[in-house]
Amino acid sequence: MSLLRCEDLCMHYDSINAVCHVEFTVDEGDYLCVVGENGSGKSTLMKGLLGLLPPSHGRVSFWGLKQNEIGYLPQQTQVQKDFPASVYEVVLSGCRSRRGLRPFYTKKEHSRADEMLALLNITDLKRRSYRELSGGQQQRVLLARALCATEKLLLLDEPAAGLDPTATAELYQIIKDLNENRNVTVIMVSHDIKNAVEYGTKILHMATHVQFFGTTKDYIKTEAYARMIGGGKCV
Amino acid sequence: MFDALSAVFSYTFMARALAVGFLVSLCVALLGVCLVLKRYSMIGDGLSHVGFGALSVAMVLNVTTLAVSMPVVVLVAFWLLHLSESGKLKGDAAIALVSSSALAFGVIVTSLTGGMNADVHNYMFGSILAMSQGDVILSVILSLAVLLLFVVFYNDIFAVTFDEAFARATGMRVRLYNMLIALLTAVTIVVGMRMMGAMLMSSLIIFPALTAMRLFKSFRAVVLCAAISSLSCFFIGMLLSFFFSVPTGACIVAVSLCLFLLFSLFAKIKS
Repeated sequence: MSLLRCEDLCMHYDSINAVCHVEFTVDEGDYLCVVGENGSGKSTLMKGLLGLLPPSHGRVSFWGLKQNEIGYLPQQTQVQKDFPASVYEVVLSGCRSRRGLRPFYTKKEHSRADEMLALLNITDLKRRSYRELSGGQQQRVLLARALCATEKLLLLDEPAAGLDPTATAELYQIIKDLNENRNVTVIMVSHDIKNAVEYGTKILHMATHVQFFGTTKDYIKTEAYARMIGGGKCV
Repeated sequence: MFDALSAVFSYTFMARALAVGFLVSLCVALLGVCLVLKRYSMIGDGLSHVGFGALSVAMVLNVTTLAVSMPVVVLVAFWLLHLSESGKLKGDAAIALVSSSALAFGVIVTSLTGGMNADVHNYMFGSILAMSQGDVILSVILSLAVLLLFVVFYNDIFAVTFDEAFARATGMRVRLYNMLIALLTAVTIVVGMRMMGAMLMSSLIIFPALTAMRLFKSFRAVVLCAAISSLSCFFIGMLLSFFFSVPTGACIVAVSLCLFLLFSLFAKIKS
């Protein structure tokens, strides 16, 4: 069953055509990796999916979830690095869209935050300060916050940026487990082509337009993939 | 000691100053935490200088000072927010420009008209005598409104301050909340600068948050500690101001600095 579909999506960013006539579908249970070089429109496309930037043409449609129910894992900002917040405060803030107009969180939302902490094995960090955690632990906390918003669809923006190899491997394993065991649909924007083809079941290769969209199996046979891999080699 | 304290409270102007001062201290402490974390520490400085410019014009025109300065400061707060959001000017540069220009404007207006009289001096450095009965009522209403809005939107303000990108993605109208924070800050500054002084208002915003952040690690604890430290510094500062006849704002800043250094020392020992 489809979760979201982009139909002939075009988007402008700073009066540049950043995304041109993009069409693809994300089905339930997919693990879609969006790859491409810098300036290929990955980030703009992501903003379009989240509804942060309006399309200039075409549309994004959702089935079974609203646009503001996407579990989003943004890149970390400078502000967060020394922000005094407990892990629990951060995770609970993921329940924002469930709260609606009520000013305070209910018991139900508190227990959801607890559930997500347990799911990501970070219950023991609950009272710790977010800024004192390692990079990998911080990503787990943000992942728990994203899951508080929804368990249907996660949208991850370069989740492994700035992590050491061990933390990166751990994070990819967690995302894989969520996808396989909890049937969480994943869309991941990534520069890391090696891990994208290792974990992703589908690939969307962007170059302003769609260079390739299909299964990973088919993608690794294409010239686009060969170029991406070749581009990474030192000669 | 008790005799001295009861003497303090027997004066009507001190009772007024205490009532307004406690409320304003609470407001600046709560908003200060957001502003410091959003890297907007200097917004208080800019807005209080704009307030000073507006006050000097109001005095020349002989109209109610609050009626002129409130809308001007609120508008400038929105404008500063817009400038830094649109990326046309960097936030800190924009504030520095506005701040010094407004101060220069205020000084020119005062020296061309009456020169530096006692009123102008009070606005710049603060005075506990500055509050009239009408001022007190208006200040109390405005401060209570700021407190109420902060409490009601506490969770949203946390979400927006911690991560704007995520807040936007979950459907929050981030711009609206930023405007709310700017509005509350503008109102608090206009209400507080009469007593605390335009020159020193900004440090009252920054100190409680920074002091609390030395020792506390969760947002709620930082907010609570900032509020308590702001209230205590205000109270001690005001008593010093009364007994030594020194401007109120300066005394509160001096006490705040001591508390900040003390907390920094504790943090160092703890680590």
